[in-house]
Amino acid sequence: MFGDSIFAAMSVLLFTIIVLLGAFVAGLVGSLTGLGGGVIIIPLLTLVLGVDIHYAIGASIISVIATSSGSAAAYVKEGITNIRIGMFLEIATTISAIIGAVVTVYINPSYIAIIFGLILLFSAAMMIRKKIDHSDNDTSGRLAVFLKLNGTYPTENGMQNYAVHNVIGGFLMMFVAGIISGLLGIGSGALKVIAMDNIMRIPFKVSTTTSNFMMGVTAAASAIVYLHRGQIDPGIAMPVALGVLTGATVGSKILVKTKTDKLKIIFAVVVAFLALQMIYNGLTGRL
Amino acid sequence: MSKEKNFFADRDIQVILGTLLRVGVIASMTVVFIGGLVYLAFNHSEMVNYSHFDSVKAGFSTVSDIFIGLGHLKGSAIIQFGVLLLIFTPIMRVVFSIFSFLIERDYLYVLIGAFVLCVILFSLSNKLVG
Repeated sequence: MFGDSIFAAMSVLLFTIIVLLGAFVAGLVGSLTGLGGGVIIIPLLTLVLGVDIHYAIGASIISVIATSSGSAAAYVKEGITNIRIGMFLEIATTISAIIGAVVTVYINPSYIAIIFGLILLFSAAMMIRKKIDHSDNDTSGRLAVFLKLNGTYPTENGMQNYAVHNVIGGFLMMFVAGIISGLLGIGSGALKVIAMDNIMRIPFKVSTTTSNFMMGVTAAASAIVYLHRGQIDPGIAMPVALGVLTGATVGSKILVKTKTDKLKIIFAVVVAFLALQMIYNGLTGRL
Repeated sequence: MSKEKNFFADRDIQVILGTLLRVGVIASMTVVFIGGLVYLAFNHSEMVNYSHFDSVKAGFSTVSDIFIGLGHLKGSAIIQFGVLLLIFTPIMRVVFSIFSFLIERDYLYVLIGAFVLCVILFSLSNKLVG
């Protein structure tokens, strides 16, 4: 966006401070919008600071683990994570995340930037779209019964039963989500929502927390591959992880108090702009 | 009735798990923070160069390297140790989930959980990166 010449010579101290502040904002926005910090920190590192996208991916995945594990404790209080759904789908996401993390260095960084931009655009669209709860209690799916995926969750009117549909479809979609997560170092929450809400028709309350449960495990699987390859550089990972986690924690506190509908539209525009920048820089070969 | 009972048993385990996760995140981030201070104290005036990814020049990219660096109290090794703790946090969650399925005698899910754990451990074995 600004070219990397301005920031070509930067001291460790200055770099740390800038990334720390940027990561804080990324964590804050990521938490308010539900997009996650990763999708915002990667454009920041690559477009603004001229960091190689492979380093940005490595740092981002660390922030994904931190935020998802950190917020899990809060989700647990609501007590609606379906560990069986999570564990079963993790078969797909861990394998595919590792595949994604292994192949990512063999792909031209320009293509990665373009894929990233497209996923970012898709996430922005998903963010402002009206969510429709497709859940019901038709427990006729044989695979869901065999895998004991159907469950209950507490509501104001007592326990509510729900049924899981199209297990194979959801599993395949999760495989795609895992590949994207491994390739780009993001949680790919938007794709997980498609798999759980739209394909498997799990109620929101359950899908949100279960997706969060899976995100940490999936990210850990690909993080190990990144670590071994040297993509997790301590000088970047440190300010990114600390900044994003702090931002996300502050964001979750604000979230309880404010209505975010209007905020979401503003952020969607910002995110779409970042996405187009990534695609443009990818197409012109500048990333 | 037994389903409700299961829900609450699950819930207890989840509360413990949630606490464990939070402790894991706080502990690892504290280590990263301390490592960051050490790193900044000794390296603050160096110039950064992250414009091209080079897997050869990467330091502290294996568990053993990180522990060797820790012995020398290197800031970047301390940060990487914190990162390692963070990576193990959700993995511990899988391990505990397997135990909770074992207690519930749900052997199908013990198997599924063990499989997921094996996938992650295979990745940890460092055979995937040439």
